[in-house]
Amino acid sequence: MSAPSSFLELRDLRIHFPTDDGLVKSVDGLSFQLERGKTLGIVGESGSGKSVTSLGILGLHKGGRAKISGEIWLDGEELVTASADHVRTLRGKKMAMIFQDPLSAMHPFYTVGAQIVEAYRIHHPVSKKVARKHAIDMLGRVGIPQPEKRVDSYPHEFSGGMRQRAMIAMALSCDPELLIADEPTTALDVTVQAQILDLMRDLQRDFNAALIVITHDLGVVAELSDDILVMYGGKGIEYGTAEDIFERPEHPYTWGLLGSMPRLDRERSERLLPIKGAPPSLINLPSGCAFHPRCVYADRTGGKSSAEVPELLESDGGHLVRCHLPHEVRRDIWENEIKVNLESS
Amino acid sequence: MVTYIIRRLIGAVLMLVIVSMVTFSIFFVVPRIAGATAEGFASRYMGRSANAEMIAVTAEKLGFNDPLPVQYGRWISGVFVGSEYDTGATIEECPAPCFGYSFIRRQPVWPDLVDRIPVTLSLASGAAVIWLLCGVATGVLSALRKGTVFDRAAMSIALAGVSLPVFFTGIVSLVIFSYGLGITAPGGSFTPFLENPVEWAYSLLLPWITLAFLYAASYARLTRAGMLETMSEDYIRTARAKGMKESRVVVRHGLRAALTPILTIFGLDLGLLLGGAVLTESTFSLKGIGDYAVQAIVTNDLPKIMGVTMVAALFVVLASLIVDLLYAVVDPRVRLG
Repeated sequence: MSAPSSFLELRDLRIHFPTDDGLVKSVDGLSFQLERGKTLGIVGESGSGKSVTSLGILGLHKGGRAKISGEIWLDGEELVTASADHVRTLRGKKMAMIFQDPLSAMHPFYTVGAQIVEAYRIHHPVSKKVARKHAIDMLGRVGIPQPEKRVDSYPHEFSGGMRQRAMIAMALSCDPELLIADEPTTALDVTVQAQILDLMRDLQRDFNAALIVITHDLGVVAELSDDILVMYGGKGIEYGTAEDIFERPEHPYTWGLLGSMPRLDRERSERLLPIKGAPPSLINLPSGCAFHPRCVYADRTGGKSSAEVPELLESDGGHLVRCHLPHEVRRDIWENEIKVNLESS
Repeated sequence: MVTYIIRRLIGAVLMLVIVSMVTFSIFFVVPRIAGATAEGFASRYMGRSANAEMIAVTAEKLGFNDPLPVQYGRWISGVFVGSEYDTGATIEECPAPCFGYSFIRRQPVWPDLVDRIPVTLSLASGAAVIWLLCGVATGVLSALRKGTVFDRAAMSIALAGVSLPVFFTGIVSLVIFSYGLGITAPGGSFTPFLENPVEWAYSLLLPWITLAFLYAASYARLTRAGMLETMSEDYIRTARAKGMKESRVVVRHGLRAALTPILTIFGLDLGLLLGGAVLTESTFSLKGIGDYAVQAIVTNDLPKIMGVTMVAALFVVLASLIVDLLYAVVDPRVRLG
């Protein structure tokens, strides 16, 4: 166990929840790295382990029933074995989180200002007055008009977009070095989504934070990410630069995700290409490759896909894929079967 | 806000008018439908020796022959301007606020109530403090330690508390603590607060605990359910993500939200109790409103029963009014207007 050089590194992270029905393997062997100033997009269906991973990094599963193993290195510190109280002092200050639905994620009984003041004063021993000034600054910075007035508003008095801005202000109030955004735009109007994405990109540049964006919306990921991790059944199944994932995707599941994306530039008569079947049960994952029951190309592996769990292997230049199909076959299917279909109009 | 208060005040007054009408109907209209005559009403206020002629004269003088609305109006106006009762032999004064005049005891009801309100108020308020503190604390701990031995034990005791009547727990605790161990005051003792606060608290300690036990039990269950719900809310996760200490998350974010519905129930429970904690007062022989009501019912003293009913209704209506106004302070999402 040696400290890595990257700012954030996960090594074989496993987060399992014992339940009455069996062990839920929400995250099962996840590894990735992230540098300051870079953005990682984590994509996957509901139940693929995206949110559990983010809460796991923040240490919010500690003390609960979750069984956590593996390593989480943040700026040279290992967090899985660190004490819950130590991780708590890092939370909010060194790493912060933006949640999906800002209405339910903010306390309805306290003003927006009070909640930012609270977040700031946990980590900075300053007077309420100083903290309030900081809160007003932060609200102004995330583009809330008349921040000195809005600071005393309650969350329900804000519009959805304003609430998410306030949420971002709260997360950034202690100048975190790692920011995790869990579905930051899912609960918002489409017009507001773009504004929030712009804001996040600008702020990330200003704060030089490492950013993890968790979403099922490939559009959001395309907008923000340097690197993309595709998750399925608690495992990373494809990892690469945004260009790798959008231009040269190699995993059948990623193809499915791209095919399920509605696009304006396509004929309306043309059908989307949804992925058949439902996400797997995390208690009884399918044998071999967890995706094989839904995979159209599983029969081309000669029975390997249902017998053996594939490794996450390098395909070319840092592009990692967890699939039994040989690299050449995958490239061939993408070029000649999928891409043509996606682009034909 | 102001219009809301005015609207609620008007509503409260209307409610009291309806309560008074219903009360009046129960005691004067229903018996009449069942066949009671004006003489029948009057005979209750006369001795057994009274003959039919005397009863008829008294019925006329007390107004039992008047139309019902007139009788109702006379009763209500008494509350505001006082009234006089002509029994034939004497004219009895009942100064405002006249909540009725007991012909059996030959005295107005209101001064009796004024004497007894401090007892009930002392009993109810002391018990309320205890049950609120103990009930909520137990509920919070139970929710946080859900499924543990503590939770199971606390909820079993709470179930017992809800199920066991005060006349059982009260008498058992009197026997053990007052008469057996001698550490609490015997039944029937009461010292006014202004006379000697220490003695006041000592004399009421056992009734407080007995009454509080009953309520604390249901408050513990309510708080537990509320906390289990709020602690799984998204904003609790946000609070934790800020790096807040868990104790602060529980109290400032969890409990704060869980307490709001409890406030409503607390207000109504307290209002109801101020109208007389009948069982507790009887068990501990405390001369409060509840005890007064029991005496009135036993002796068939109608004006007293009506007086107690009206005062109790007044407390409940006032309590619900205060709760409604407080709710807006506690939960900013409640818009008054």
